[in-house]
Amino acid sequence: MKASDKFLKYYVKDLDVSGKEFAESITLTGTKIETYEKLDKNLEKIVVVKIEKIEKHPNADKLLICKVNTGNDTIQIVTGAPNVYEGMLCPAVLVGGKVAASAHDSNEYPNGIVIKAGKLRGVESYGMLCSIGELGRPADLYGGNNEGIFDMSNIACKPGDDAIKVLHLDDTLYDFEITSNRIDCYSIIGIAKEVAATFNKKFYEPKTTFKPSFKDDKYIEIEVKDKDLCPLFSTRFVKNIKIEDSPEWLKDCLRAVGIRPINNIVDITNFVMMEYGQPMHAYDYDTIRGKKIVVKRAKNGDKFTTLDGQVRELDDSMLTICDGVGVIGLGGIMGGENSMITDSCKNLLLEAASFNGTNIRLSAKKLGLRTEASNLFEKGLDPNNAIKAINRACSLIEDLKCGEICENFIYVYPDENKNVNKNIEVSVSKVNSLLGTNIDSKIMKEILDKIDLKTDLNGDTMTINVPTIRKDINNFADIAEEVMRFYGYDKADETLPNVSIMPHTKTKQDIIEQNAMDIAIFNGFNEAMNYSFESKKVYDMLLYKSDDKERNFITILNPLGEDFQVMRTQLVNGILKSLSINYNRRIKTAKLFELANIYLPLDKNIEVLPDERKTFIMGAYGKDIDFYVFKGFAEEILTKSHVVGNVSFVKNENISYMHPGRTANIFIDDLLVGYVGEVHEIVTKDYEIGSKVYILQLDIKNIIAKSDLTCKYVEISKFPKSDRDLSMTVPKDITVDKIENVFKEKGGKLLNNFELFDIYEGTQVANGFKSIAYNLSFGANDRSLTDEEVDSAIKKIVDGLNTLGIELRK
Amino acid sequence: MINIEELKEKAITKIKEATSLKELDDIKVNYLGKKGEITAIMQTFRDMAEEDRKKLGKIINDAKVSIDELIRERQKSFNAAILNEKLKMESIDVTLPSKKVGIGHLHPCTIVFNDVKDIFEKMGYTVVTGPEIEYDEYNFEKLNIEKGHPARDEQDTFYINDKVLLRTQTSPVQARVMEKGKLPICIISAGRVFRSDSVDATHSPTFHQIEGLVVSDNISFADLKGTLTTFAKSFFGEDIKTRFRPHHFPFTEPSAEMDVSCFKCGGKGCRFCKGEGWIEILGCGMVNPRVYELCGLDKDKCQGFAFGMGIERLALLKYEIDDMRLLYENDVRFLSQFD
Repeated sequence: MKASDKFLKYYVKDLDVSGKEFAESITLTGTKIETYEKLDKNLEKIVVVKIEKIEKHPNADKLLICKVNTGNDTIQIVTGAPNVYEGMLCPAVLVGGKVAASAHDSNEYPNGIVIKAGKLRGVESYGMLCSIGELGRPADLYGGNNEGIFDMSNIACKPGDDAIKVLHLDDTLYDFEITSNRIDCYSIIGIAKEVAATFNKKFYEPKTTFKPSFKDDKYIEIEVKDKDLCPLFSTRFVKNIKIEDSPEWLKDCLRAVGIRPINNIVDITNFVMMEYGQPMHAYDYDTIRGKKIVVKRAKNGDKFTTLDGQVRELDDSMLTICDGVGVIGLGGIMGGENSMITDSCKNLLLEAASFNGTNIRLSAKKLGLRTEASNLFEKGLDPNNAIKAINRACSLIEDLKCGEICENFIYVYPDENKNVNKNIEVSVSKVNSLLGTNIDSKIMKEILDKIDLKTDLNGDTMTINVPTIRKDINNFADIAEEVMRFYGYDKADETLPNVSIMPHTKTKQDIIEQNAMDIAIFNGFNEAMNYSFESKKVYDMLLYKSDDKERNFITILNPLGEDFQVMRTQLVNGILKSLSINYNRRIKTAKLFELANIYLPLDKNIEVLPDERKTFIMGAYGKDIDFYVFKGFAEEILTKSHVVGNVSFVKNENISYMHPGRTANIFIDDLLVGYVGEVHEIVTKDYEIGSKVYILQLDIKNIIAKSDLTCKYVEISKFPKSDRDLSMTVPKDITVDKIENVFKEKGGKLLNNFELFDIYEGTQVANGFKSIAYNLSFGANDRSLTDEEVDSAIKKIVDGLNTLGIELRK
Repeated sequence: MINIEELKEKAITKIKEATSLKELDDIKVNYLGKKGEITAIMQTFRDMAEEDRKKLGKIINDAKVSIDELIRERQKSFNAAILNEKLKMESIDVTLPSKKVGIGHLHPCTIVFNDVKDIFEKMGYTVVTGPEIEYDEYNFEKLNIEKGHPARDEQDTFYINDKVLLRTQTSPVQARVMEKGKLPICIISAGRVFRSDSVDATHSPTFHQIEGLVVSDNISFADLKGTLTTFAKSFFGEDIKTRFRPHHFPFTEPSAEMDVSCFKCGGKGCRFCKGEGWIEILGCGMVNPRVYELCGLDKDKCQGFAFGMGIERLALLKYEIDDMRLLYENDVRFLSQFD
């Protein structure tokens, strides 16, 4: 919301601060200023001059030599602008002065441009005649372009006047951030009231009275068919209007906030919209057929040409303003071409209405037509304020002498008697308790009174009269905020809450996740973060079968685009995409991990919330990375998670995006907790990674289910252990887990540990066999083992191995 | 006797002249070995008188000890020289690159999240979590954002269907905790949230929030200020100042935004703080009585505050990262900068 210092001062005449000081104070009472700008910040020594004589430049066709009167002197200025004429009044910057911009380029000059005396093609020039653009103002607001010198001949001024003052550029423009609850502050008056209260100045209400010229109680008949969408429809009738330019003060007022002046009638409606935050509409009265207005929902398929010349197709959720024959406006959004004000308009029907905000927002969105009016109406405007606004417009019409106003006020306002100020009762002590303050009730009353919340005190009880425009005030907390805003947020103490609390203890999940992340980090992995939604196409890239259950993903109704359409059911895509980015930036080794949710639907229509499974993934390409390194990460994480049960790695040839020969499912007993392996070549190629990629994905929930974090000391034997090496010839197709299972089953209590230390396939071993060597470590806690004991254990193991076709090497 | 003295001198000379351990070994064998010269002399003692034997025995034993000592001494010095030579050979270029795994790094958002979490955990807050795909009821309705409120416009919210959406804030966790009805409440909740913002330097459709809720029967706005100022000083540094500005959130009343004095310029105003001297950090307020009602608590017996902040925003500020997109690219050269 933009408001200029001058505009605000119409209502807070005694305001004596501006700029930074103003911005800081008003921000601290809750109307935050986002930015502010002095309109004349880069303008210096700009005066009104009169061009007395123009001569051709002897050396340049396009330059003109002007003798200009600066009020007390005549100086020579050379200009390149063709639109100058003798007798023209225009702004000129004198030598040593500054302008804000250049007419010759569109660069920004944060500190302006200093004008020096100089020669243009040999002719001396003592200043510069200025275009409006050079004064730092948008040319379109002044009905012209940036090329020509700004003509001030029709503006009341004389040579020597300070052009900045004449053009009302000695002003500051503020951009306020208005919070969505303060509908009343989307208006200059709303802000001005805040300003007045902040700086303890008087607020001057604008004049809303006028002397009507005639009576006519039948100028229009209004019927509101859809009252739910239109709480108020009010009109004023103005005869014999004179359409002309607005006075300069009004034009400059609008220009300061970025509105282009059109003519007096349009300018008045725009001005009142700024003042009251209430959009108004002006119809050419004589185009309204049947002198009748009907407010009703459109029919599906109705077509209507809005005043921007666009044909709009309507549906039955949209509210139309119709006359006796057809649609003449889209309520709260835009008027129609068929009833708009033209220069030939004689009589005027002014409308100030109130519409259902949500309906306006949805309609504007459906139509793709968000207007200044719809932006305001969608907030749900107060009918009582609309009535003030329409009267204010009439008052301005009277002031500007541009029409005769009818005394009668024809409107439909079904809830007129219900929509009145409400009284709320609030306990002073409760407000103080909430705020942690000790503010005297009289001070509270003083604060509330000055922001139009008239307050009666009765002991601890305040009875507060809340105007209808303050829809945001409903309970004691709202009142507490109003009090605190003007008492000063900074004046509250800073204390700490007095609550009995339990110190936070880490959950099992916290610990397991933390350990997994630590292991990844200490192995050189960086933490990645990827979006939770991705493209459906990801599942094709990952070679999922069309009926794979992981394709059962949750779809977003209104995604940002196809690339962000479905909630991920795996973390692989994110990791591969991230690795791909690194690979394509020529990073030789990249190791990433991510800990995030995947989203698995529990029912078809997502009527119940899905299973959000915390999932841990590690992925890498580059140096020193292979299957067994990744398998090691899995084992370390499971060990640190103190899983109870038998961890096994079982080859899985069926994960579509993984290498069928180099991928294993990870089980704890028979619970699947993840998989590890090499990514399928087709997939890495598709992700544009020219290197082998390894992945480990773990399901945190299943690990938690198998984890027991209670640690108890296990005795360490004081007796020496006996080591034996077993070197064996093994049929090629026997995996080592089978050998290890024999150790586990046959080794008995005395076998403490076993470790593979050599594996060999080649000429030294018979065809179809491989050579494998294990170190076995035996021991007991209560004694040194005898050779016989160890031999007997070994024998059992060897017997077991023999049944698998494994022989000890001689 | 002279014989022995000569023998000794000769041996000493030989020992001194020896140039290797081997020579020393030979000398030792020659003199002290079983068939050595000294041993040979000692064997002649058997025939001597008791008195002479004692006398001579001492002399010869002294000679033996001296020779032996000298040999040991020389051996030691030879060994030292050999060791020195070996050590010299083993010398390496200590400036060669190390062998290291190159420890990884947490994501900057996780670091900031942990920092914030730690501060509040130390103040006694319990961490709770909630679903990222959430019912409209918890994300909006119970937080006083009724149907038709602009905040729930499709523009901002990703919907799964008309009842289920991607949470736009971590606040639904608050509603879930309050609904349980157990007071006092002193929690923080954190996690991923989603808003329908297109990706650019300051927006991301996925980001993270951390927020807190304290409810008892007597918690005040002063407590809110004290808590958050304590947090700010702990997070940004002891010298930081805080400023509370009135603001609006549907679920709190009064509401505020907290700014901290610019930690780059100390509040004088610089490019970093856009000349304001203050940097907006978080939103907060006293829980709106309406929210207690909507969550099934007795509004007359509850008084408390809530606050929430964006993790990404804090991370961008803390590390002076100028483009939010970097956070989701996962370039290891970026990720490995933060600790």
